[in-house]
Amino acid sequence: MALVIEQQGERILARIEGEFNIFRAAELKPALLECLASGHDIEIDLSHVDEIDTSGVQLMLMLKREAARTARQLSFVRHSAAALSVIDLLNLAGVLGDPVLITHLN
Amino acid sequence: MELDAARSALVQEARELLAAMEAALLDIEQGGATPEAINAIFRAAHTIKGSAGLFALDGVVAFTHIVESLLDRVRNGKLAIDEAMLSLLLRCGDYISALIDMIEDGRERDDPDPAARIDLEAGLNGYLGVKDAVHLPATTSPQAEPSEAAVEIEGGGHVDADTWHLSLRFGIDVLRNGMDPLSFIRYLATLGRITYLHTLVDNLPDAEQLDPESCYLGFEIDFASDADRQTIDGVFEFVRDESQIHIIPPHSKIAEYIKLIETLPEPPKRLGEILVKGGALTEHELEAILDKQQAQPIPPKPIGTMLVEEKLVPGTVVAAALSKQKQGEEKRTQEQRFIKVEVNKLDQLINLVGELVIAGAGANLVAKKKQDNQFDEATQTLSALVEQIRDAALTLRMVPIGEVFQRFPRVVRDISKDLGKNIELVITGAETELDKSMVEKLADPLMHIVRNAMDHGIEPTEVRLERGKPLTGTLRLNAYHESGSIVIEVSDDGKGLDHERILAKAIERGLVSADQVLSESEIFNLVFEPGFSTAEAVTNLSGRGVGMDVVRKNIESLRGEVDILSVFGQGTTVRIRLPLTLAIIDGFQVMVNDAVFVIPLDMVIECADHSSAGNAHHIVNLRGEPLSYLRLRELFELPGEAPRRESLVVVQYGQTRAGLVVDRLLGEFQAVIKPLGSLFTRVKGIGGSTILGDGRVALILDVPHLVTSASRSEGAARDASLSQQSSPQQNIG
Repeated sequence: MALVIEQQGERILARIEGEFNIFRAAELKPALLECLASGHDIEIDLSHVDEIDTSGVQLMLMLKREAARTARQLSFVRHSAAALSVIDLLNLAGVLGDPVLITHLN
Repeated sequence: MELDAARSALVQEARELLAAMEAALLDIEQGGATPEAINAIFRAAHTIKGSAGLFALDGVVAFTHIVESLLDRVRNGKLAIDEAMLSLLLRCGDYISALIDMIEDGRERDDPDPAARIDLEAGLNGYLGVKDAVHLPATTSPQAEPSEAAVEIEGGGHVDADTWHLSLRFGIDVLRNGMDPLSFIRYLATLGRITYLHTLVDNLPDAEQLDPESCYLGFEIDFASDADRQTIDGVFEFVRDESQIHIIPPHSKIAEYIKLIETLPEPPKRLGEILVKGGALTEHELEAILDKQQAQPIPPKPIGTMLVEEKLVPGTVVAAALSKQKQGEEKRTQEQRFIKVEVNKLDQLINLVGELVIAGAGANLVAKKKQDNQFDEATQTLSALVEQIRDAALTLRMVPIGEVFQRFPRVVRDISKDLGKNIELVITGAETELDKSMVEKLADPLMHIVRNAMDHGIEPTEVRLERGKPLTGTLRLNAYHESGSIVIEVSDDGKGLDHERILAKAIERGLVSADQVLSESEIFNLVFEPGFSTAEAVTNLSGRGVGMDVVRKNIESLRGEVDILSVFGQGTTVRIRLPLTLAIIDGFQVMVNDAVFVIPLDMVIECADHSSAGNAHHIVNLRGEPLSYLRLRELFELPGEAPRRESLVVVQYGQTRAGLVVDRLLGEFQAVIKPLGSLFTRVKGIGGSTILGDGRVALILDVPHLVTSASRSEGAARDASLSQQSSPQQNIG
């Protein structure tokens, strides 16, 4: 249940662990926006996300939009099964535009 | 009750639209077709149809639909608008207006004029071509019978899709209430197969405004399932109250989709997007169309037309999406400019302002007595504000007279065609404002006058040719403000009034006796007497001797007056003069003995000292000009002796001036006009009453009447001194 942030050279890697839902939305929104405000490109690692709901999806969409507005690279990587099934259900793969590794499903 | 209100709103809106439609048609007739004018006509027909549809007024919907179809052709350049079509459309407007009248009377099931309807529909269908009357969407399933289409009930076809369509807009608080839209969708998926799902992110706010615990997403879902409606409905039972859930079964009528598009909360940005989301189109089909549109030379066809041409979407669906786009835009611009208010509320406001004025006057009086500077200053500020509020409140009721004038272009057009005369209508001063209640009562009298002018005033073309006048007659409607009144003139450049003939006729009818001496204007005004007509032939328009007396009665009921100016052979002007407002005036207080009178301030020109000793004829020399005057003390038979120094108030009404002699001048005062009871209607010279600050009642003088009687007695006095007769001629007017 944490947000792990590492700086890797010019990139920030943020890993959301555990729930990515309504219970943590209020905490995650400012934290993730802060990463974005740092001026670096960001990768958000979803591999440890074991639950995601509408509020999580909304945050993902918001971050993508904000990144585009400020001309930063922001991508979601290493989607967990939970994340992937939601993206699939809501038909958002195209909207988010991140490459998804199918192999990771296993 | 609410339904009634909505219906009356529909009636009012339809009337406004019909007026706009008529104006646009006449514009086209005069100046050729412009896209704006054609659009205005189309919009009128379209909006009336839409509103009527809401109330299931099928008679209106069916008829306006045909009109709309024709206009649509014109708008798309498939049909050219010509004179015959204009006349047809004007008559269609009249017929729709008759339908609207029926709705207002609550008799919408009856047809006001079945014969006209058949005739008009035949005319319209003639332009459309019978087969063209309806375009059958290519995607409709075989169930849509062609015969149904011939009558064209909108949304008659069925969609091809064999899937359910769900539009879900979850309430903003569902997440907070512990419900996740995702779980509903997952549960739905257990009942069948989601063939397509589109997540709507339109409502997602920017990062700053986004509340992470609110729900902003909406979903459009196509869903293949054998489950029944109740089961699918049941999925959303817990969120139904706070959310918008629309469910459309497979093979539904197109109308269902149209309704859906119209009720969706999203701003209808891109038509294509809505259609894709609505499931009426696939993404792929839309892409193909978008590509084509870009490849086209400028100007590109509207995408709606292309979709229909491509036969991908039923025409009606496109129309619904388009009209939603339009309505959104139009509403926004109109809402900013106007707000509809019930007349009752305005009246109530003005009554209250009246009371405020009276109360303010009372406070002023107390302040003067107390001789407290601060208090005095405070009340001064207050009364300045009260005055502004009063003016602002009164202007709320003011509307431009153009509202009445706007119906005349059509009237003049039709009558001049009937009479075979060329008549041009020139309208000036349409922006002049007057009280709304007068506007309504003015329409009929003006109509009479205009008809008279066209029928009797303006000569037939051949006569005008003989007399060397321009072949086209001119009728002018003009309005302007003058010293506290509004003046409305109807002038023609026709043959003018023949005062000898009028006098002969009046003597013949026994309206005047043969030995009376009448001024020219008095003779002209005889035409307002009941039963007077000099027309040789009674036409179907006028000349039956009714009308002009009704005109005068109507105008006088508005505390106005009407008179006629005419030059024989050159034309006639009928001039109506009405008071500007009916409720509150700036008054000027004067005193005779201990009675207070109020004179409308607009009519006061100046005040002077006066000494009437030795003046028998009631005429005073004011800077070299003779001015007749009245003594209020004599007029109202007030007791007491006149003081040594009296005051003369010079008043003007129209072009005539007169003096009023009073004991004392008291100064300006805002007067709230209270009507006099019917007991006092026969009292001449009093226009109303008002309440003073100290609670006393003061009478408001009827200046127009006083001025007329003063100038009449001046005339009598002059006659007396000129002809040295022992008994002056009596004038009758």
